[in-house]
Amino acid sequence: MNMALDIFTIVAVTAGAFFFLAGTAGLLRFPDAFTRLHALTKADNLGLGLVILGLLPRVDSVFTGFKLICVWLLVLLSGSVASQLIARAERRRETRP
Amino acid sequence: MTEFLFGASAFVLAMVALGLVRILRGPGDADRMMAAQLLGTGGIAALLLMGVATREAAIADVALTVAVLAAFASIAFVRATAADAVGDAPTDDNG
Repeated sequence: MNMALDIFTIVAVTAGAFFFLAGTAGLLRFPDAFTRLHALTKADNLGLGLVILGLLPRVDSVFTGFKLICVWLLVLLSGSVASQLIARAERRRETRP
Repeated sequence: MTEFLFGASAFVLAMVALGLVRILRGPGDADRMMAAQLLGTGGIAALLLMGVATREAAIADVALTVAVLAAFASIAFVRATAADAVGDAPTDDNG
């Protein structure tokens, strides 16, 4: 059982780290601001989510695990709102006469 | 297992540091803000990995604070750039 949880942690954290790699590669390589925003939100939502999912079996108490999930939900909420706002500001800057 | 978590934490931090090159290159303010947002998310992930590896529960509180501060930074950026825009109503540009 312990072994299975270890493997679960390793797989989930590795997948999360891969999404951070993808987010950085997209942020550096994509041609304009909107595609970069698209790459960034993948790192925000999936990368952090998978890392936290992988850490959940390893925390000491249920309360700490609940706190980790709260961190993820907060980042999800703020990331989705901020990406909409940044895209709107960028679009307005592009269309300004 | 501790070594793996520390290694993953270092990897995520290295990715975030690489993403900071975007702040140097720009070209727009929005691109620089996106790199700062990646710093927020990646910092949270690295902090949580480190916190579980060292069994220090207080680091989860630090990560929670960083999450709130990153949200405020993005909102402040949008407010600052919208101040010189034509209007602030969300309906004035058909989208």
